[in-house]
Order: sequence, then structure tokens, then C-alpha cells
Amino acid sequence: MSSIAIARIELLIARRNMWVFTSLILMGLFSSVLTLAGGAPTGTLGVDPLLIATTSITTLSVYLIPLIGLLLSFDAIAGEAERGTLALSLTYPLSRGEILLGKFLAHLVVLGFAVAVGLALTAGLTIWKYGSADLNYLPLLKLFATSLALGAAFLGIGYTISALAKQTGVASGIVIIVWLICVVLYDLGLLGALVADGGGTFTKTIFPWLLVANPADAFRLINMPTDTVSTLATGLGAAGQASGFAPQLASLLLWPIFALGLAWGAFRRIEP
Amino acid sequence: MTVLGIENVSKSYGEVHSVQGVSLNLGEGERVALLGHNGAGKTTLMRMVLGLTPLTSGSIQVLGMPPGSRKARAAIGFLPESVAFHGALTGREQLHHFARLKGVKRRVADDLLERVGLTHAMNRKIRTYSKGMRQRVGLAQALLGQPRLALLDEPTSGLDPISRHEFYDIVDDLAKTGTAVLLSSHALTELESRTDRIAIMSKGHLLANDSLSNLRKAARLPIQVRVKATAETADDMAARLGGSRVNGASVALEVQQEGKVSLLGQITGLGDLVKDIDVTPASLEELYRHYSVPKQEGK
Ligand SMILES: Nc1ncnc2c1ncn2[C@@H]1O[C@H](COP(=O)(O)OP(=O)(O)O)[C@@H](O)[C@H]1O
Ligand SMILES: [Mg+2]
Repeated sequence: MSSIAIARIELLIARRNMWVFTSLILMGLFSSVLTLAGGAPTGTLGVDPLLIATTSITTLSVYLIPLIGLLLSFDAIAGEAERGTLALSLTYPLSRGEILLGKFLAHLVVLGFAVAVGLALTAGLTIWKYGSADLNYLPLLKLFATSLALGAAFLGIGYTISALAKQTGVASGIVIIVWLICVVLYDLGLLGALVADGGGTFTKTIFPWLLVANPADAFRLINMPTDTVSTLATGLGAAGQASGFAPQLASLLLWPIFALGLAWGAFRRIEP
Repeated sequence: MTVLGIENVSKSYGEVHSVQGVSLNLGEGERVALLGHNGAGKTTLMRMVLGLTPLTSGSIQVLGMPPGSRKARAAIGFLPESVAFHGALTGREQLHHFARLKGVKRRVADDLLERVGLTHAMNRKIRTYSKGMRQRVGLAQALLGQPRLALLDEPTSGLDPISRHEFYDIVDDLAKTGTAVLLSSHALTELESRTDRIAIMSKGHLLANDSLSNLRKAARLPIQVRVKATAETADDMAARLGGSRVNGASVALEVQQEGKVSLLGQITGLGDLVKDIDVTPASLEELYRHYSVPKQEGK
């Protein structure tokens, strides 16, 4: 019950939050541009235009969704600690778990809304361009569901950083570094290892698991068609697909739980 | 009935002993002022009562329940020393939120906004509020749900004199309904008639805890008497009364409680020479200094 009250006030704040506004614009803009520009010429070899659109949107979402998740969450605990409202909230009859859950619900709604707006634009524009016949909406739904999971993981990571840093300024710096590591540096590192290994045991046994262990990569793998496109879109190639669907799904489902657990542990230790 | 029981409580942050062996009880409807300079330990004591920070030793009970327990929290209204509500919310939205957390009807929240005089601004963003108005939002949320215990940390800082007066009216009403009120302050003058008991803290120790009149009696601070004469007669009068001449035309005297009446008789005996008399008992500020300073030096 208290979680609902927290979620409600967070949504009220989110409506007036610059980051939320920015997220919405970014998602809407990029989805539209990629749908219009990235689509195959009409009538090409029966390739589903929606599949092509979701593939390019996936490539972008790998960067954007974690960023939005972190931007929504980095202030959640540190900001309240700084303003003194955290201490006040904790004198009310509700638990820290309820506070965290309420914030998470609100931020997940915001994130889901941003993704939904983007994907609705994609679907609308595709139908407008190619007509609604023969479109397969499954990749779109998969992209939406996995975007929520990816976003939830990074919300949890953001809360953890917010609770550990205790100062918004510090937290905002750390989330940008974490974002860089997760969506850029991690893959670069793996790519380097791959090149050095030259197709040896590392490439075949360890690499696929390291790749899928990163939720952003799991998200990319799960939303990319197995063949051609993924090789083009990520330098990491088809070897990454070796882990298969189940571990990719597991990574996307377990990360939010793990990250929120971490956040709760860090939040519990704070003395406001 | 004891609403708040603080028993020999101490709190240390490493080498810093913020609160040391403090015992203090509050009954229903009692208004107690916690006085002390900055860093005396007032906020720390309140934070322990709220369960925001654990005690190093001793025990605290709120209506017989441990501090920080859900039931204890439900019974307390708290106004923090410095709180900045989210600027993007209106005063009304913010208060409705707190009402939901306390399980109080939103109508009650609106009534409280009226009580603290914020109705005209309640639909404006808190970002546009003055410091006094924010303090009123804080006060309103502390009053939600008829708390059995109100902890108000420096509630009048940032309020102008008229607002302070209104604030104490609200505290009086609250105490009349049985709420025990513990408020901390270092502004002294306003407390004189507005509290039942005064507790003085210094460097973590509780140095005094009694009604104002008892504190006065025990401190034996002299009463200041000032007699106005004329420039010609002031020296003569100072000699006859045993005081000293001040400001050219007045005589200043000090007397203990038991000598007051006879001194006044003596002054009246001077007849027409006396133009005016002022009698001032020891101010709270002097009392505060009396109770807090010597013990620090003696340690
Ligand atoms: N979290 C903390 N860590 C270390 N020292 C603290 C902490 N909180 C308070 N103190 C110290 O405890 C003492 C009492 O502080 P406080 O209770 O805030 O005083 P007051 O409210 O009377 O001004 C001060 O010396 C202060 O520095
Ligand atoms: Mg204080």
C-alpha cells in the first residue's frame, strides 16, 4: 500500500523531470528515424520490414535503455538523502523495501512508456509505409518485453550506486562510467580477447558465456536474427549466439532481480 | 501516562560523544523545550527517539514500544531541522503524499494546510516557497494523524515573530489534545510562557530539566531593578539605595527574590524623586548561561 503511494508521488515528480522528457523525445525520435531510413526498399525479397526496423532499433536500444534506466535512478536515494526527505520518509510507518519497490514501479512505468511510444511509432510508420498485411509483430513484442527487463536491471544498478554514493553529484558521475563499461568497454574488451585468441578455446567455450553475462549483450543477442544481421551489427559475430536462447533469457531475467537485491542491501545500510 | 521515556541514553560517533547519559520523560500533553547550543546533541537525541540511528547505550520507549518500530513511528509526528521538499511538487501534493503514508484522509491534510496558513499557496510549486512557507509544510506534515508525540527540531528557525506566535498557538492546541511535544530551540525569549518544562543540554549532557520558575529559584540569579530619577538626583539616589548610576539619570540595582519587596518599599519611600521603576527577573538567556556554562568549565 505504501509502495503505491511512493510510486504515485514518483510519477508525479517524473512528469516534471527533465530526464524523463529527454528519454521520451530520444526514444520517439530515434525509433521514427530508424524506421523510416533503415527500412528496405518496398517489396524486397519478402523480408519483413518490421523485423528490419526492430533490428536497427535494438542496436540503438542497447545504448539508450541502460542510459535511461541509470538517469532515472541515480538520484533516487542520494537525492532524498541530501534533501533530508529520506530521513523524514523513514520516520513514517513504512519499510525501506516498500520505498524502493515504489520508486522502482514508478520508474519502470516511465521507462515502459518511453519504449512503448517509440515502438508504437515504429509500428505505425511501418504500416503507413508498407501496409499492414503480412507483418509479424512478434519481434516488436519481444523487443518491448526485453527492453523492460534490461531497463529494470539498470534501474537496480542505478539505485545501488545512488545508495552507495549518497551524493547526487558523485552518483551521476559513477553511473556514466558504469554505463560506458557495460555498453562499450565490456564489448571492446571481449573483442580484443577474441582477436588475441584467434578462434581458440576461449572463443568457443568461455566467450559466449562472458557475452551473455552482460545484460546489454544478452538483450542484443536475443533480439537479433541469428544469421546475417547480428554479424553486421555487432563486431562480436555469430560466435556469441553459441550460448543459445535460454541463457540469454536467464541473463535478462536474473539481472533485474540481482541488481534490485543489491540496491536493497545498499539502501538498508544507509543511516539517513 | 509516559509517552516518551528516555533512560540513561548515550550515543557516540567514534570519539565524538554526542549524547551522554541523558534521561528525560514526557507525559501526555506536556510541552518540553530542549535547549542547547549548536552541537549540544539535541538532533541526535531526537534521531534516536525516531529510530533513525541506534543508541550506543541506554533505552528509549515510545508509548512502551521500541524506537523505530512501526507502531512507534505511527504515533510520532516529526519536523526535521532542515528539510527541503521536492521543488517540483506543490505543497498540497506533498502533504497528500504524507497523508497517504500515514493513512490519513486527504481532507484532513487540506484542513492542516489551512491551519498553518498555506491554503493560498497550496497549488504552487514548493520551489517558489519562502523558507517560512517550507517550514509550514514541514509543520503540517508533523501534525498529520493526531500524533501522540511530536518531535519538532528547531521549528521556529526561519519564521518571523508573528509566525512564531502562530506556531506556538498550534503547539498549545496540540498539547491540549494530549500530544506530548518535545521541541528543540536555541532562540530563548519566545519559550518563556509557551512550555511546561525546560531541558538544557550542553555537550551531550542534560544539565537541567524543570519548570521555568523552579529553574529560576534554584539558580538564584538576581532580579534587576532600575529606578529612573533625574540627572541632578541620580547620584544621591544611587548612594541611598546602594546601586550604581547608569545612563545619566537612572540607578541600577540587583536583588535576590527575598529582598525584592523590602527594596521596593525603600524605593517607594523616596517619593517624588522616583520617576519610574523597571523590575526584570533573570531572563531565560541568563538562566541558560547559568546552567550551561559553569559546568563546562568545572569539568
Ligand atoms: N552522523 C554523525 N557522525 C559524526 N558525528 C555526528 C553525527 N551526527 C552528529 N554528530 C555530532 O554530534 C554532536 C551533536 O550534534 P547534534 O545532535 O546535531 O547537535 P544539535 O542538534 O544540538 O545542534 C556534534 O558534535 C556533531 O558533530
Ligand atoms: Mg540540531
